[in-house]
Parts: sequence; structure tokens; C-alpha cells
Amino acid sequence: MDTGNTAWILVSTALVMLMTPGVALFYGGMVRKKNLISTLMMSFAVLALVSILWVVFGYTLAFGPDIASFIGGLDFLGLKDVGMEATIYSVPDVLFMMFQGMFAIITVALITGAVVERIKFSTLLVFGGIWLALIYAPVAHWVWGGGWLSQLGALDFAGGTVVHINAGISAVALVTILGARKGLGKEPMEPNNIPMVMLGAALLWFGWFGFNAGSALGANGSAANAFVTTNTAAAAAAFVWILLSWRTRKPTLLGAVTGAVAGLVAITPAAGFVTPMAALAIGGVAAAVCYWAMSYKAKKGFDDSLDVMSVHGVGGIWGALATGIFATAAIGGVDGALAGNLGQLGTQAIAVVAVMAYSFIGTWIIGKILDKTMGLRVKETEEVVGLDLAQHGERAYGGIR
Amino acid sequence: MKKIEAIIREERLDAVKKALEEKGLIGMTVTEVSGRGQQKGIPLQWRVGEYRVDFLPKLKVEIICHDDDCDVAVEAILKAAKTGRIGDGKIFVMPVDAAYRIRTGETGETVV
Repeated sequence: MDTGNTAWILVSTALVMLMTPGVALFYGGMVRKKNLISTLMMSFAVLALVSILWVVFGYTLAFGPDIASFIGGLDFLGLKDVGMEATIYSVPDVLFMMFQGMFAIITVALITGAVVERIKFSTLLVFGGIWLALIYAPVAHWVWGGGWLSQLGALDFAGGTVVHINAGISAVALVTILGARKGLGKEPMEPNNIPMVMLGAALLWFGWFGFNAGSALGANGSAANAFVTTNTAAAAAAFVWILLSWRTRKPTLLGAVTGAVAGLVAITPAAGFVTPMAALAIGGVAAAVCYWAMSYKAKKGFDDSLDVMSVHGVGGIWGALATGIFATAAIGGVDGALAGNLGQLGTQAIAVVAVMAYSFIGTWIIGKILDKTMGLRVKETEEVVGLDLAQHGERAYGGIR
Repeated sequence: MKKIEAIIREERLDAVKKALEEKGLIGMTVTEVSGRGQQKGIPLQWRVGEYRVDFLPKLKVEIICHDDDCDVAVEAILKAAKTGRIGDGKIFVMPVDAAYRIRTGETGETVV
């Protein structure tokens, strides 16, 4: 066991934990006032729910001994044999388990952005548990747990495929079942608190240092490089988004923080494989493709309410491919297309398509079954009143009583 | 001149605005209000137990119009604000004695 590495991963784990409340505030500020509590609650409840399920069965399904290159075995059920010794990496097994758990938590929380203002809270919790076992755990195993994508040589430093593409595509699958919010395009759906969105995005940016630099699993040069690429890509994307929105309208705060998140998403798979200069390009392009994806979605009237696909899905796809383009052996030991290794880009494309297909089909089936049994959507009256009162019996802001 | 005071659901404002525009009625004042009608409020939860919120958020739309336009305006609001569920609101009509335009000081029917 290495004490320096352990210290950094302890801190990183705490950093990543803070990202889920960050997601809560980021999403919460964007919904209407009557759905603020509900939106915050989704992420916070997922933090509790997935924390429990991860130590019970999530970790073993994702990181247990390999079964058919597809999923982990049940050897670590209930954290059996996951102890304070460092048998896999240079940090205690139980710490690696917790670090990974924070990734599982935020991935489920990210999906909620697509279904806010109309999904039934009880069904969402059941969905979260099933999705963790059947979608997240296998995909995490493929990429990081010794499964078939890692055997293929697919690169994903901190979760471009496992977290972002997975969440984005699952969001799309749920929305196809759930449908749009009532009154979309007819009633105003103004964000209730843009400063809150900025606070959430800032917490995400801050936590992302643990997410990406922590994924080096050590306090070393790779972590330092990932730290710099993360900050650089976020900044580049935020700035490009400001410029993009300025072209046609005015530079908005909501756009700037959305851009930052898009840049953070795109650099996630590449953080430990590319140079800071490549991160500038990855972040800048991320803003452009996510901006375009968002405009396209708006035209189509597809109600992925808070753009989980446009930001996380599209940003993750770009990031995974960009890793195959910009990777430099001097940084992470693998060359990409620009350094003459065209095959890496092909491998990245396979990983992207595989995760997209599995994630969409699997989530659609889970969603469909839950819709037929528990019901995915609240009653129309509840939707009109707002989920805060209808589902939680609370309101975000006090007022006249 | 008449003053129409409509207490409506927040989410119906856009529809009401459009309906009045179609009838050529542009000017209006909108206020966020809280009130209660037959619904008599809702129970909310505290960490343990409950408390009651008697007043629900609504919007108050105030329009000043000529006597001849009044029925048309009321009709438009009635149609646009209706969802058919309890809590759709109320419309009140009252006479207006005088109206002044501050910028010019003019008074009378032309102000509206």
C-alpha cells in the first residue's frame, strides 16, 4: 500500500461524492419553481440508494472476478474479501471500491435530468436499483473490470463511456417511453434559479478534479496531467459556448456553465492520455458539437428536459473518439490516430457503439416494464401542481401561509 | 370604463395573454398573488409531522377596458384560463371612475 496514493484517492472520493449534490443544484436551478425540491431530491435520494446497493452487490457485479468478459462474479457480495489491504492497486481495496461507487452514484443521478418534472419518484428509485445492476455494472466491468472492451484495448480514463455515454443514451431511452412534459413549447418553462445552476456547475468542475485526476489511482504525474487537461478543457468549452451564444444572441451564464460541463464530459475519457494542448481542442470542439446537438434536439421537440444526451451523451461520444485521435504515448502509454495509430480510433468507435446499443436497449426494456407495472409518469394533475407538492409535500420557498 | 380582475392559474397566463391579444386588448398588469378558494389549501410536511398552507400561488391579471370590450375580454379569459379542475380561479368586474396617462396628463377614454 502506498500512503501518498491512498491519501489522494481518499480526497478524490470525497471530491466525486460532492459532484452528485452538484448535479442536484445544476439540474434543480433549471427546472420550474414547482419542481425544484423534486429535482434536488432525485439526485440526493440516488446518492443514498446507490451508496447502499453498491456495497451490497454493485461493486461485485462490476469488479468481481470476470465471467465471460461480460460481468463480475459474486465473490465480493456484501464486500466479502474487500478489505483494508491493497491487493489490486496501491490503495486499499475498500477505498478503490468506494471511489468507484461514487461514479456509479453520479451516473444514475445524471439520467434524472432527462425525466424531471414528470417522473414518479417511487418508480425512479426502483429504476435506479435495476439499472445499476443490469446496465451500469456490466458496462463498468467491460471497460474497467477486465471485461471485453478493456481486453480490446478501449481507452476510458475516467468514464466517458461508462458514465457519460451510458447516462446520455439511457436518458434518451427513458424519454422515448415517458414522452414530453405537458405544455412543452406552449407554456413558459423558465429556469427558477440560474445562480443555483452556476453553483452546481462549479461544484461539478471542482469535483471533476477528483473524478479525472483521481482516476490515475495515484498521486503522480498522470494525476497532475489529468488535473491540467480537465481544467483546460472545461475552460475552453465554457469560452467557446460563450462565443457561440454571442453570435446569435447574448452571452448567457447558463450557456457558459453548460459549456464548462460539456468540456468536462469530453475530457473525461482522455484526461490521462492527452496533452493540455489537445485538451484545448477537445474542450473547444465539445462545446460546438454539444451546442449543435442541443439546437437539433430543440428543433425536434424531443423532451430530454435538461439535455442529458446533448451534453453527456454527445460530449461523451466526442470525448471517447477524441481519445483515439489525440492520445500520446508520452502521456498515457498509448498513441492515437494523430500519432499514427489509426487502430485506436477504431477501437474507441467500437466501444462507443457497443455501450450505446447495450445502454439503449437495456434501459428501454427496464423502462417499459416499469411503465407497465408501477407507472413511470405522475398523474396529469400532479404534473400541473408540480412534483414538489404532489410527490414530496414540500415547497422550495416558503411564502404566505 | 371597467376594470377586470382575474385570478388565474400561473400556467394559464400565456393562454390568457394570447386570447386577449386576439381581441385587441394589449395592456395588462400581472401580479403574483396567494389566495384560497374552495380548495382550502394543502398540507405540507415538516421533518416530523405536518403544517398547512392555506394559500396557493396564483396570478392576478388586471385589465382596464372600455365598457363595450368588457364582455369580450371576460369571455376570452373564461375560455383561456379554464382547465375544468378546482382552482381555476375567479373573474371580477368593477367600474372605473377615471384614468390618467402620467406622461401627458391626459384623461378620459383615450387613456385606455
